[in-house]
Amino acid sequence: MSEPIALKLTAKDFKSDQEVRWCPGCGDYAILAAVQQFMPELNIPRENTVFISGIGCSSRFPYYMNTYGMHSIHGRAPAIATGLSVSRPDLSVWVVTGDGDALSIGGNHLIHALRRNVNLKILLFNNRIYGLTKGQYSPTSEVGKITKSTPVGSADAPFNPLSLALGAEATFVARTIDSDRKHLQSVLRAAAQHEGSAFVEIYQNCNIFNDGAFDQLKEPATRDDFLIRLEHGQPITFGKDGQFCVVHPPGGFGLEVRETAATPAEEIVVHDATVTDPAYAFALSRLPGLDLRNTPIGVFRSVGRPSYDRVVQEQVATARATVTETPERQLAALLGSGDTWTIL
Amino acid sequence: MTKQIRQLDRVVIRFAGDSGDGMQLTGDRFTSETAQLGNDISTLPNFPAEIRAPAGTLPGVSSFQVHFADYDILTPGDAPNVLVAMNPAALKANLADLPRGADIIVNTDEFTRRNLAKVGYQTSPLDDDSLAGYVVHPVALTSMTIGALADQDVSKKDAERAKNMFALGLLSWMYSRPYASTLRFLERKFAARPELVAANIAAFKAGWNFGETTEDFAVRYEVKPAKMHPGTYRNITGNQALSLGLVAAGVRSGLPVFLGAYPITPASDILHELSKHKRFGVVTMQAEDEIAAVGAALGASYGGSLGVTTTSGPGVALKSETISLAVALELPLVIVDVQRAGPSTGMPTKTEQADLNMALHGRHGEAPVAVIAPKSPSDCFHAALEAARIALTYRTPVILLSDNYVANGSEPWLLPDVESLPDLRVEFATAPNGEDGTTFLPYLRDPETLARPWAVPGTPGLEHRIGGLEKADKTGDISYDPANHDFMVRTRAARIETIPVPDVEVEDPDGDARVLVLGWGSTYGPIGAACRGLRQRGLSVAQAHLRHLAPMPANLGEVLRSYDRVVIPEMNLGQLAHVIRAKYLVDAIGYNQVRGLPFTAAELETMLEEVLKNV
Repeated sequence: MSEPIALKLTAKDFKSDQEVRWCPGCGDYAILAAVQQFMPELNIPRENTVFISGIGCSSRFPYYMNTYGMHSIHGRAPAIATGLSVSRPDLSVWVVTGDGDALSIGGNHLIHALRRNVNLKILLFNNRIYGLTKGQYSPTSEVGKITKSTPVGSADAPFNPLSLALGAEATFVARTIDSDRKHLQSVLRAAAQHEGSAFVEIYQNCNIFNDGAFDQLKEPATRDDFLIRLEHGQPITFGKDGQFCVVHPPGGFGLEVRETAATPAEEIVVHDATVTDPAYAFALSRLPGLDLRNTPIGVFRSVGRPSYDRVVQEQVATARATVTETPERQLAALLGSGDTWTIL
Repeated sequence: MTKQIRQLDRVVIRFAGDSGDGMQLTGDRFTSETAQLGNDISTLPNFPAEIRAPAGTLPGVSSFQVHFADYDILTPGDAPNVLVAMNPAALKANLADLPRGADIIVNTDEFTRRNLAKVGYQTSPLDDDSLAGYVVHPVALTSMTIGALADQDVSKKDAERAKNMFALGLLSWMYSRPYASTLRFLERKFAARPELVAANIAAFKAGWNFGETTEDFAVRYEVKPAKMHPGTYRNITGNQALSLGLVAAGVRSGLPVFLGAYPITPASDILHELSKHKRFGVVTMQAEDEIAAVGAALGASYGGSLGVTTTSGPGVALKSETISLAVALELPLVIVDVQRAGPSTGMPTKTEQADLNMALHGRHGEAPVAVIAPKSPSDCFHAALEAARIALTYRTPVILLSDNYVANGSEPWLLPDVESLPDLRVEFATAPNGEDGTTFLPYLRDPETLARPWAVPGTPGLEHRIGGLEKADKTGDISYDPANHDFMVRTRAARIETIPVPDVEVEDPDGDARVLVLGWGSTYGPIGAACRGLRQRGLSVAQAHLRHLAPMPANLGEVLRSYDRVVIPEMNLGQLAHVIRAKYLVDAIGYNQVRGLPFTAAELETMLEEVLKNV
């Protein structure tokens, strides 16, 4: 196979002619800019790239990408994208969704796309609020959240999106933050290279209805002590001076944070995203507390499993390999199969 | 002994037994033998929703009715001439449908005190005079089968299970059926277990020989082949024909067929059938729910496949939002609704036509789609092709309203010449269509069809975004402009309303009928048989049948107004009649029945005779 021709695309090539209409200051702008700047790196022709979204603020995303795109209906983007991806394995199909779209009305489609390992890159913009409907609590809002629909505080426990994805045995699971362009693009890069479903949670600030939801992860004063930057093959330590580390205490099921100084180096967990058992990545996903302390970002899990698209297309290809007739003759033979009789 | 041979022009046989007795298979085999002989045939299975209801109970009774004749027939028959009852429950459940004088073949081995008690018989109907009006043939089916297989290498249980083949052998003898195809079938079915092939064939032959030797069956019958158009035939159910029609649509359009489906009675067989045809490039996906099934189909259509989803009424309700999205996106989509008795779970294995309102109107906003309905099992093939043709040509969702009666019923099908099937090829957009030569306008329409260009991902230079938000004419950009919305709503309506569909044909052989019977979908057979019965008695009546329910044929109003009376029989409470009255201001009379069963020709004939008297 010859080397692919360099397309020499730029971020500008991925900007559509539509005026971007998110609220000024919305985290979605940063994500859009990061994605548009990243796409040329993939060297995939624009016509072979498709963005499919559901409903919500984030789901306006496809209008602003100068690729093929569909702004569909609430929660159903993974289902629609599955049909497209399975029938057109030559395309690079991206799903853009939000916490309400993916985890509430569309929860069923999300988990089934992930368990099937459909070749979709799913970007979940998590702002922990319903923005487009003007400020109701979402399935990732914290318990007790006071919103228009919950004046004395919400009563339901939130989903942890990564735990949910890992429960569905997603083969690629990662988290990043809208404001950290470099990290966001590194995660997109890893997601794009993955065969099968890549699930990326992006913490995104809604400055109108839930401003500052992720400030502890962004403020210079707190971020280094709160964020765990996962790197494959590296011991998991974090904090301004690397003063914290992650260990797997004997006898326990999960992972815990300890003081690095008081922990023997060999007890510090070395991050391995390729561990087959999702329990490890699940334990990582459980580390953050309500105050966002100990929030891992980066690639939690990246394991190989044939994509649904590939298995389905291989079945079709195997069946077609036996065909020697024209489609018309094949059809005539099919119609006349079984017990037939002839009237002269 | 020499048996008397009597000629008949038509016979209706009903095989009835416990769900585990293999009555569907027995009926199917008898039908196949009958087809080989060249009779015209129509069949009707009737089975419970329960997979295995408690043995020997009324809810567990499964039956298969086959009507065959030496002339062309339109229905599976109103009433059986012969009932094969494998147990007391089968007798009790079916007796009311039998006319006096009918033959009843009963498996006496099952008429035990316990089995009789299960269905509330105080005494055996075989011993009292409750069956005095019928010709009863008591046959110890089970014990004779076990006896016949005594030296076969099978368990007693397997021997007992072969009793349906004994019954089939006996009936095949009675009606002089050629049985070579059944022997071949048994060899195929039990290929992995040769001892069962031998046992079932032995049971079949024992039943045949029993007929030949016993004095209880003094008469053998013959039904001569029907005069049918020359050609090659096969017997086919509606669901099979529909599946093959979709495969054919793929071949004739040159597009891959993508089926997204969630299992639901009575549509699942289409998913099963299409999953076998991967060598045609057919992709089937068993989705996580009805919504995902239609979503995936729409996604595949967006990518250039012929997207199809198959379901029943409850599934269409769930798909409604996505169908509306397809209306807005103006992409091809075929939605097959194999109707069943509703609302809600209703009676999932029984038939009804009550989803017409939903198909025509059941969406939010002004969301018109095309709606068509097949009139018989084999017509499902052509209806599927027609649905695909409209969907592909006009870039629209099309709802195909089948129902349980045509889906599971069967009839002989004259195999079509593949080259004569409609050419469904479509052209994808390949170049910008704007006046400047560089812009692509995804909503610039073909002036004739009003269809927009189908620009599939992967086409360079045509990158564009579509979605559920209202779009500006031509550019497809998001638009909240009042005049544009009004224009787009009217254009979407006109796009469906102006689809050319064939004129409705009227069958009025006497030419002087004053009453028109209008039907749609699966009622074609019973209405036709009723009209035929009236005409044979010298009465004039006209019949018209709608295949296209949206848009309706252009000549329909004129046809309706040229009769003094229009009668519309439907298996619902008058859904088509409402539309006809509203659209054409015709004072149509409804005749409605929702018992989960097809109309009988006799009841329609009686009803129509009353109407004729009062015109």
